[in-house]
Amino acid sequence: MSTPALELTGLTKSFGKAEIIRGIDLSIGKAERHAIIGPNGAGKSTLFNLITARFAPTSGTVKLHGEDLTGLQPFQINRKGLSRSFQITNIFPKMTVFENVRCALLWAQGYKYSFWNLVERSRRLTEGADAILDQINLLPRHDLPAGMLSYAEQRALEIGITIAGGADVIMLDEPTAGMSHSETDYITDLILKVTEGKTLIMVEHDMGVVFGLADRISVLVYGEIIATGKPEDVRGDPKVQEAYLGAALEEEH
Amino acid sequence: MSDQITTDPSKPAQRMRAGSMTLTLGPWIVAAILLAALPFIFTSNSGLTIMNQMWITVVFALAYNMLLGQGGMLSFGHAVYAGVGGFACMHIMNASDFFASMPLPLLPIFGGLFGMGLALIVGAFSTRSAGTVFAMISLGVGELIAACSVIIVAFFGGEEGISGDRGEALPFFGLNFWSQIEVYYLTAFWVFISAVLMYLWSRTPVGRMANAVRDNPERAEFLGYSSRWVRFYSFVASGFFAGVAGGLFAINYEILTEENLNAASSGVILLVTFLGGVGFFFGPILGAIVFTLVQTVLSLETELWAFYAGSLFVATVMFFPGGLAGLIMMHVPPLRLGKLGVLTVPYIKTLIPAAIGILGLCSLVEMTFHYRHAATGDHEMTLFWTTFDSHTILPWIIAGAVTLIGLGIARTTAPALKEAWNEANTAGGKR
Amino acid sequence: MELILVNLIDGLVTGLLLFMLSAGLTLIFSMMGVLNFAHASFYMLGAYFGYQISLALGFWVALLVAPVIVGIAGAGVERYGLRRVHQYGHVPELIFTFGLALLIEELVQFIWGKNQMPFNGPEVLNFTAFAIAGNSIPAYKIFMIFISISIFMGLLYILTKTRVGMIIQAALSYPRTVEALGHNVPLIFMGVFGVGTALAGVAGVIAGPVLGTFPGMAFVLGSIVFVTIVIGGLGSLWGALVASLLIGWITTFAKSYNVEMEAVLNGIGIATPDDLSENLFRDFWALTSPQIADILPYILMVLILIFRPQGLFGKRQS
Ligand SMILES: Nc1ncnc2c1ncn2[C@@H]1O[C@H](COP(=O)(O)OP(=O)(O)OP(=O)(O)O)[C@@H](O)[C@H]1O
Ligand SMILES: [Mg+2]
Repeated sequence: MSTPALELTGLTKSFGKAEIIRGIDLSIGKAERHAIIGPNGAGKSTLFNLITARFAPTSGTVKLHGEDLTGLQPFQINRKGLSRSFQITNIFPKMTVFENVRCALLWAQGYKYSFWNLVERSRRLTEGADAILDQINLLPRHDLPAGMLSYAEQRALEIGITIAGGADVIMLDEPTAGMSHSETDYITDLILKVTEGKTLIMVEHDMGVVFGLADRISVLVYGEIIATGKPEDVRGDPKVQEAYLGAALEEEH
Repeated sequence: MSDQITTDPSKPAQRMRAGSMTLTLGPWIVAAILLAALPFIFTSNSGLTIMNQMWITVVFALAYNMLLGQGGMLSFGHAVYAGVGGFACMHIMNASDFFASMPLPLLPIFGGLFGMGLALIVGAFSTRSAGTVFAMISLGVGELIAACSVIIVAFFGGEEGISGDRGEALPFFGLNFWSQIEVYYLTAFWVFISAVLMYLWSRTPVGRMANAVRDNPERAEFLGYSSRWVRFYSFVASGFFAGVAGGLFAINYEILTEENLNAASSGVILLVTFLGGVGFFFGPILGAIVFTLVQTVLSLETELWAFYAGSLFVATVMFFPGGLAGLIMMHVPPLRLGKLGVLTVPYIKTLIPAAIGILGLCSLVEMTFHYRHAATGDHEMTLFWTTFDSHTILPWIIAGAVTLIGLGIARTTAPALKEAWNEANTAGGKR
Repeated sequence: MELILVNLIDGLVTGLLLFMLSAGLTLIFSMMGVLNFAHASFYMLGAYFGYQISLALGFWVALLVAPVIVGIAGAGVERYGLRRVHQYGHVPELIFTFGLALLIEELVQFIWGKNQMPFNGPEVLNFTAFAIAGNSIPAYKIFMIFISISIFMGLLYILTKTRVGMIIQAALSYPRTVEALGHNVPLIFMGVFGVGTALAGVAGVIAGPVLGTFPGMAFVLGSIVFVTIVIGGLGSLWGALVASLLIGWITTFAKSYNVEMEAVLNGIGIATPDDLSENLFRDFWALTSPQIADILPYILMVLILIFRPQGLFGKRQS
């Protein structure tokens, strides 16, 4: 088999005495759409933060396309083609919507720290950013400061910024949280479209989205992965039923 | 007009699509014409001196705003970059062989390079973080270098500073720069070039990312940019243009002293930039012009000039954090709606009494100062072209009454102004 | 040996004085996340108020009353100034306190003029406590040490042993939770700001007679105080203590021992160049330690920042 897009081995993370991630081994293949589900506080976002070096792991390694990421900083990991979104919207609130997306394109289009290019002079940048805006349905909000968007629009922008650079591994942390049904459907389609041929790792609570998108699912409970597999296998797994779906069912009654 | 030169990114992009660059060029052409024409209006030597000082401050304030406004980095010691650039230029002036083979207009480049060199060194460790830590480092490094001026005499010249003669340079198309007007055009040329370059910088990828890092350094990291290096580039560029300002200072005054480095100079440039407004590219320009003018006028009139400046500054930070430029740009939406007229009468009704009240307050302040600090037996003082005895009660009553009445009227008319303001900012409605 | 002891005492006095300022500053910083640039200005206000009150009512009353007035002024600044500016973010907050520092300096000049005030310590302490090898140690210095240490004992006790102290400590780290428990967090903030500035006021009253009461006193000490808390690590009270004492001793020792740069450089094996008077670095070679005593804290700060950016006791930023 070819090298997996992302490979985690023995990953753990403790905050003080509390061990939040307790030994995770996971391998995600190229062009796979992988969903991570689990109850609140299971450590899903923490796992994302470990992979993208927002936090340093207590032990264990993360490999991207076979390359060890230990000691790298978030921007270096991003340059290797891994892009992520945040559960709590993380955009540039004072800049316009257009500008937000354009910033996300700069490094990807090779502008680096250049001070001999003018951003407005670059057709590629302007058109690229407009294309993304078109995809996330924010063209009408083009010149509005991002902080003035509605919550759902900000979520869409968050996704837009994440996918703009064309990274080949995309990590989305609860992309549809707080969205209405129609918005959720739209975003799901969008994610399907833009991650065509790419590796997608997403945390999601909406089971409809998960089963609609994911090739494989991992269930994270108390910092451990208790099951990984095809959606139908995971759905049938008794451990999952007990630990996760069961708890949810109980809540419903 | 001036809304084209903002750090606000959206509009130029729009214009790109509309395919017109002329609008953005407009303000620059006007500025160039003004720069060239002003000496024909203010022909006196003192007028030229004031304008030169103004332009130097403009360059320095714009350089400072590359940090504060665009990069979100607050520096309490930026004078040292201008100062070191200036000192370097003085040494070049004194290196007679080299200087004699170099035309004077090139000198500011050397100032810039030395300012940039220092910024390279300091920036290497100071730009690791923004915010409080950066501010404290800038203060510490600024103090350190200012203190060095009395220790490293060879470079800073100790108490006397370093002086030289700009006339020793290679004549530039026959110009020796002995006369004030020649220096004016040299300065004007450099202020124009520097302003254009700094404006263009704000439109480059690294300049745009400076804004992004200012607003949300973490997100920028997840887009592939190291926020530290983005800050570093801004810092170095700012150091360069501060050095250019220092070089222009050297050419104009032919002497640099410890005063060019110390905390007071650093504080003044923060004041100028913030009063002008950090949110817009033209803010610092406005700040430098207004500040220099007001300083020139007021410091002749009153000893308490710094006290007023300090009060104004604190009031600005508290009530108008956008500065002068912010105040002006607040009026763009009403202008777009064609409702600026709605504001005229309420403005007159509120601002004129308020101004009179504040003048009354200043009179009270001046009288108190005179009462406390004038030489014993000197009871006579002159205020607003009136000479009176500060130890009698009548002037106090008048000043107090003017203050109370002025501010009182402003207070009663303020709600109407507020209403008019809301009205002017909502589309539709009457007229 | 005796000289070392004298210097130790002198350095301790300076260090404790610094700590009185840096402690309040650190407390305010860790609470509100804003570095109060005007902190040393409250120290200056303490000295001036102390002087004015001591003229009428004597030094001891001044020592009690002036810090209270300074504290009230500080609380007022927090309530009507900082709280307003807070909404604009940290940088405007810092700029506000900077402007305030400017304004207070101008205000002091406006009221008291530019000259130094003849502020003297109390008559009763005007004697020599003891002498070490001919160096007399004035009683006032011992009194300064005594006052600062007892204030810290008191503060430490309040912070760690009383209910109010517990609430403050909790409000420092979990303002939301404490607010939810029904405590008035803004009031706590205002109180801590007031107490912090009052501490600076105490320092002003007791330092005014020794270091001089003049409009530049805030800036002279202020920039050193900021350097101190950067060296100690922003937000760390222990760091502030260690850095204050360190700076107190380093500057005192550097001033009293005349170490020449030439001797140091020769000592580490660098020979003096022959044509020293022509050398570009001649000023560097001629340096002596008293000359650079006042900039030693800055040099120390730069070195610390290069090798340990978070300061001596600071938490590593992630
Ligand atoms: N920086 C931190 N310091 C201390 N504890 C933390 C930190 N970040 C997360 N935690 C703890 O780790 C646990 C897992 O948090 P995490 O955000 O990863 O959960 P999650 O699975 O994403 O939950 P949700 O579905 O609510 O987003 C939580 O108990 C949280 O309190
Ligand atoms: Mg989460």
